[in-house]
Amino acid sequence: MTTQTQTRAGLTPGRAPLPSLLTMGLSRGRFELTSFFREREVVVFIFALPAVLLLLLGSIFNNQHVNVPGVTTGQLYAAGMIAGGIMATSFQYLGISVAVERDQGMLKRLYGTPLPHTAYFIGKIIQTFVCVVAEVVLLLIVGVAFYHLPLPSTPGRWWTLVWVCLLGGLASALLGLGVSSLARSARSASPVVTLPFLVLQFISGIFVPFSSVPHGLQDAAAVFPLKWMAQGLRSVFLPPQAATLEPAHSWEPGRVALVLAVWIAAGLVLCIRTFRWQNRR
Amino acid sequence: MANDMAVQVSDLRKRYGDTNAVDGVELEIRRGEVFALLGPNGAGKTTTVEILEGFRDRDGGAAEVLGEDPGRAGRAWRARIGVVLQLASAGPEVSVRELVRHFAGFYPRPRDPDEVIALVGLGEQAGKRISTLSGGQARRVDVALGIVGRPELLFLDEPTTGFDPQARRQFWGLIRELAAEGVTIVLTTHYLEEAEALAGRLAVLADGRVVAAGTPASLGGTDRPATVSWDTPDGRRAVQTPAPTQVIAGLARQAGEVPGLTVTRPTLEDTYLELIGAGADIGGQA
Repeated sequence: MTTQTQTRAGLTPGRAPLPSLLTMGLSRGRFELTSFFREREVVVFIFALPAVLLLLLGSIFNNQHVNVPGVTTGQLYAAGMIAGGIMATSFQYLGISVAVERDQGMLKRLYGTPLPHTAYFIGKIIQTFVCVVAEVVLLLIVGVAFYHLPLPSTPGRWWTLVWVCLLGGLASALLGLGVSSLARSARSASPVVTLPFLVLQFISGIFVPFSSVPHGLQDAAAVFPLKWMAQGLRSVFLPPQAATLEPAHSWEPGRVALVLAVWIAAGLVLCIRTFRWQNRR
Repeated sequence: MANDMAVQVSDLRKRYGDTNAVDGVELEIRRGEVFALLGPNGAGKTTTVEILEGFRDRDGGAAEVLGEDPGRAGRAWRARIGVVLQLASAGPEVSVRELVRHFAGFYPRPRDPDEVIALVGLGEQAGKRISTLSGGQARRVDVALGIVGRPELLFLDEPTTGFDPQARRQFWGLIRELAAEGVTIVLTTHYLEEAEALAGRLAVLADGRVVAAGTPASLGGTDRPATVSWDTPDGRRAVQTPAPTQVIAGLARQAGEVPGLTVTRPTLEDTYLELIGAGADIGGQA
């Protein structure tokens, strides 16, 4: 503290103060959002793909019978795909784009400026938050327009929608940042991130109704956050009797929150321990 | 006294596995000078500079950059240095102007972004996306980002590698302009002519050590002993001397017109090759 004051005092008189953390965080957020929506591949393969898959899967399997009256396959897919979309815009996007930023030296370049590291992460949080909300809205529109997905009927259900999106998005974002450090180069980032994400979507009930997934794979999926995000979202949109489709015959909201909270904690530790500003030599 | 020094380094050390990448480097760089670190690939230039920029921890020795330890210095210190890394920038889908403006926002007293863009010669490309620029243009964006914060000290790591001769000349002009504004400049290069053209003083690095330091003239050219040679009936004779004028005056008194008279001095290149030649043999396996 003392040395800090001394060095400041020793500088050229009239040296302007550094811009505030908030200013720089917001500036990073705007910059990140601009980059996200200008990158054609990102907009197509990350932002729009869940909506396209929902349209495809929903149409192909719509005449399949669900054992619960008042529930259609399309609604089941729509609720699950919102979870998939949240994870795509947070986990998949951050996992790939941060690896690219690192490989291209953008992170190192930022490290060489007075930008506080916190401002960088504030920018990521802003960008992820806005993109996740936009993704959820997009999928809601598709779900409502094509599959008669009912919007949440009670304030309680709206609240569940909000916290599942927030906790799920945060857990996925932290995992994405952590995974980005596993990729050795920009080129390897996409397979390193996308392959496990694809597998997870199959076993977590996003591409296939969860009740059709074999028990062993259901158990494997239960370790990861996506299954719980999807379950939480089904509880938001489907009638109470649809809970019988879940393995526990219940929506288990407490367990959904708990698992997501544990993943947030684990993701935070992972990020703090593994985040690198430059590529390995 | 310390205030006159932009960079002070003594016995700087860095190991990677079994290799001493930096092996006891000593440097003193004064404020306002253009200093070149010259050396072949793998000599330890980048590692040295990256320690001074605060990107790498050192394993030993002392380092002071603008009066602070680069391993511990904070954001206020970062605002006073500019860094141009050894990489060509491929970037996000933003324009040159957007990127330079964005970086300007990190600094307390930035230069005007458009002025910086013009200074690096990208005025016409200001609205273009970074991804559409040529390699040399992208490199200038790196430089623009390095100077937009109005640094007191600018590090440039092999700034002109891959430039064509014309682009290199233009770049040299830019460095001279910055130097004229009083910016201290530390650049690494493996181009001799670059060090000679820009640097007031330079250090030659080989195998992680400073093997020679001084002005370009002291390492080659007029400050080095000259070789006077001329033809005699018995064949050609050569004398190495620090005072060639006296030698020639002596010859002229004896013989009048001296046949085949030449005076040569080792160029910086001769000295450099001699210096790193020894180093290259040792480091040949690495």
